[in-house]
Amino acid sequence: MNAETRNKKYNEYVEAKIPKTKNFPTLINSFWVGGLICVIGQGIQDLLMYLFPTMSLEFAGTWMLIILIVLASLLTGLGIFDKIGVFAGAGTIVPITGFSNSITSAAIEYKKEGIIFGMCAKMFTVAGPVIVNGIAASFIVGIIYIIIGV
Amino acid sequence: MWLMYIKAFLVGGLICMIGQILIIKTNITSSRILVLFVVIGAALEGLGLYQPLVDFAGAGVQVPIVGFGRSLAKGVIEAVRDQGVLGIFTGGFTATAGGIAAAVISAYLMAIIFSSKTKKY
Amino acid sequence: MAHRIGKQTIVFDSKPGILGYYSIAGIKEGEGNFKEYFDCILEDDTNGEKTFEHAERKIFIEAINGAIKKSKLTKNSIDMLLSGDLLNQIISASFAARELDLPYVGLYGACSTMAESLAVGATMIESGAAKNVACATGSHFSSAERQYRFPLELGNQRPPTSQWTVTGSGCTILTNRKCPITIASATFGKVVDYGVNDVNDMGAAMAPAAMSTLIAHFVDTNTNPEDYDLIVTGDLGKLGSEILMDLMEHEGYKLGKNYSDCGQMMFDDSQKSFQGASGAGCSAIVLNSYIIKKMLDGEYKRVLFCATGALLSTLSSQQGDTIPGICHLVEIVKE
Repeated sequence: MNAETRNKKYNEYVEAKIPKTKNFPTLINSFWVGGLICVIGQGIQDLLMYLFPTMSLEFAGTWMLIILIVLASLLTGLGIFDKIGVFAGAGTIVPITGFSNSITSAAIEYKKEGIIFGMCAKMFTVAGPVIVNGIAASFIVGIIYIIIGV
Repeated sequence: MWLMYIKAFLVGGLICMIGQILIIKTNITSSRILVLFVVIGAALEGLGLYQPLVDFAGAGVQVPIVGFGRSLAKGVIEAVRDQGVLGIFTGGFTATAGGIAAAVISAYLMAIIFSSKTKKY
Repeated sequence: MAHRIGKQTIVFDSKPGILGYYSIAGIKEGEGNFKEYFDCILEDDTNGEKTFEHAERKIFIEAINGAIKKSKLTKNSIDMLLSGDLLNQIISASFAARELDLPYVGLYGACSTMAESLAVGATMIESGAAKNVACATGSHFSSAERQYRFPLELGNQRPPTSQWTVTGSGCTILTNRKCPITIASATFGKVVDYGVNDVNDMGAAMAPAAMSTLIAHFVDTNTNPEDYDLIVTGDLGKLGSEILMDLMEHEGYKLGKNYSDCGQMMFDDSQKSFQGASGAGCSAIVLNSYIIKKMLDGEYKRVLFCATGALLSTLSSQQGDTIPGICHLVEIVKE
């Protein structure tokens, strides 16, 4: 038996051996925590529009995201966010709170290596790909709009 | 109005659950899930399908990271109308500047105040 | 004098003895299954230091000093310090050696460093190159996490195949004097890679290396698993040790009740660590507490201590390389 077939067989064997965890609870947790965060966002947005009747929907939406981002950042600093994350998984990662958490956690983690090369340089180690790919995707959308001349 | 909250809860929760399914099934890191969602958001906006979703579920589609991709694409599309080709470069960041700046500033402040703590589980 | 039998095994005729041993465990480890056996349990994971790297270094120093004190030796009588750790450029071991002012050889065997240092140390004593050798290794959950994985405060879930890097450090003092517990032989392992590339499944990556070294030892010494009171692997975890049992059975060796794994034994089920413990400190603190104490009590007379290591770096796995594993083995005997 050569190494390649041995490795293939071994990997198949390992794959079968990996314990099948009960995924159902984590799915439910991610669902209700994620949903709850969206409801909180909706609540903040409605409250802002109620408090400032002149505010446009778009402004309220941006303010709502900023408030969620700052809250998530604060919870990360206090060491609470990671505990919610262990419980809710994608429920806290997928909302904008996860984006904020990934930036704050990296900043807090790497400040020990200095402000400039530690904290500032590594702030986007986790969130960087999101921004880069988002910009790239929007760039392509823009190109298409230019070409089809909307 | 209460219907809006229920729709936000259900749609937002569903998007997060799709993320969780992807994490479990494909064993890929959370970073890649977010990248995927952002690109999907930008694509949906490009196809003009995102605004109906916002009208339907409100914060349920604005809060998930998909909305970030949508904002980027929406910013570019609007800027292209006003500024032409230049808009491709300026629109994305202009539309999302608030969120990114808030994240950076609050991360900066938190990093100055707090240190990372050891986990136990 | 030491002599080689078979292809990989070295037999020590003068029987280098284990004079002293010391283990320091972190908070989580101190709540686990071996809490009564550790010499010291940290109350604070930072150990009073500013960074986790400094904390790791400090527990190294404390473990080595503790073992020297327990052996009733002075630092001057230690001829060599053999140690290593998991951080880049083994900074914990080297920076600890800077404080300790001892002749130092840095070793890197990832999580297999404890057995590696014991095997090298015993060879040194056997050859007369040293009278007393300190063998130490350790790891820290938080420093390993930030080097190999993600920031600590990132709210992600750990995959079900993952293991928990141990915070802790263990040190063993080997001597040429007569001692109740001695190192009888050592088998240096080969680097074995069965093409596993999931960095969250180290047990599966290292199990083939453990199999290779165990079989080499059994063949070289003409023994069988039943000849030993305890065969213990380093940090294969639950999944990895099941895989090892399957692999061994496939090769015609049955690992029975006398087989266990340090990583699997470390935590109890309520501690949410999935497959168990891992890290260089894992096998080090179990050897230097539970195993040696049980041997002194006479419960175990002949033990195979096989520490396993995964020789990857973040760079190699990002470039898509598979994970090479290694396993070093020492046979520890109570006279």
